[in-house]
Amino acid sequence: MDPYVLKTLNEERRARRAAVLVTDLGDGRDRIVREGDHVAGDLGAAISDAFRTGNSRSVEAEGRTFFLNAHLPRPRLVVIGAVHISQALAPMARIAGYPVEIIDPRTAFATPERFPDVALHAEWPQDVLKRAPLDSYTALAAVTHDPKIDDFALKAALDARCFYVGALGSRKTHAKRVERLLALGAGADQIARIHAPIGLDIGAASPAEIAVAVLAQTIHAFRSRGLEAKGAVA
Amino acid sequence: MDESIYLDEARDPLIIAEGWMKDGKDVAIATVVETWGSAPRPVGSHLVIDAEGNFHGSVSGGCVEGAVVTEAMDVIGSGKARMLEFGVADETAWQVGLSCGGRIKVYVERLG
Repeated sequence: MDPYVLKTLNEERRARRAAVLVTDLGDGRDRIVREGDHVAGDLGAAISDAFRTGNSRSVEAEGRTFFLNAHLPRPRLVVIGAVHISQALAPMARIAGYPVEIIDPRTAFATPERFPDVALHAEWPQDVLKRAPLDSYTALAAVTHDPKIDDFALKAALDARCFYVGALGSRKTHAKRVERLLALGAGADQIARIHAPIGLDIGAASPAEIAVAVLAQTIHAFRSRGLEAKGAVA
Repeated sequence: MDESIYLDEARDPLIIAEGWMKDGKDVAIATVVETWGSAPRPVGSHLVIDAEGNFHGSVSGGCVEGAVVTEAMDVIGSGKARMLEFGVADETAWQVGLSCGGRIKVYVERLG
C-alpha cells in the first residue's frame, strides 16, 4: 500500500467522508476514489455499487482483478424532538444500524426516564450542532412541531447535505415552513429535499407506526444515495 | 454493539499502521479480500503487522493470524505482496485452519 494513500484514506475516514480504496491485485498499485469521482466502465459501475451498499469485494475489469474496499462512515439519525414518535424511533433505528441522537431543549420532554440508553441532549439544536456538526452521512428528522426548535436544525441539515431530511407536519404546516426557510436563506431546490409530510406513505397512524415510516424512508434515502442524480440524467 | 459513529483510533488497524509508519517502522497490511461459506471476519477486514511481529486487528478472529504474521514478515523483507488462502486445516498445506469450515483469501502487502 502506498503510504500517501493510507494517509489520505485515514483523513477521509476521520472526517466521516466515504472513500473506496481500489487495489490492483496483480501489481499492488492502489488509489483512493471519493464519492462522486467519475470512474469509467465496469470498474466505475462496481465502485458506485460499493459506495451505495458499503460492501467490499473483488471485481474483474479490463482484464485485471481489483479489490474494492468500501469505507463508508457509519450513518446516524439525529432527531429533533424528544416526543412519543422518538421514543419508538430510537430503539428501532438502533437495531437497524442507525444510532440515534435526540435533541430537545424542553427539559420536561428530554429526560433519561423517557429515553433510556439513548444519546439525549436537553439543549437547543444550535448549541448541540455547533459541537457535533451534521454531515452527509447523517439523517435528520424534525418532529417537535415547534418552528423555534425545528427550523434552525432543518436549515443546518440542508446546508450540511444530510442524506435524509424529514419534517413532521401536514402539507399546510409545511407550506408555512417553506416560507420561513426561504426567509432564512435556504434555496427552493434545497427545501425540495425535505420529506414532508414525514415518512413513507404506509398509512401510519400511531406514533410507533410513524416511527416505522420515518425509519423506512431514512433507509431508502441512504441506500439510494446518488441514484436520483443518475436517474435525472438518463 | 459498537455504536460510535467515530473511528476508534486506539483500535483501528489502519490508524495504527499509519502511526507505526510515522514512527519509522516497517509495516505490512493484510486484508480479507474474499470469503466462502461461514467466515469469522467480513471482506475488507484488516490485520496490520510490524517487523517485530506486533499486530492489531484480525482477519479470522484468531484462527490463522499466527500464519499471516509469519508471512507478513517475509512480505516486509521482500516487498513482494502475497495472496494467502485458508480453509479447514486438513484440506490445506497450512497447519492452521478455520474450524468454522469456511475459506478466506487474505492479501498481504508491505506499506511503502
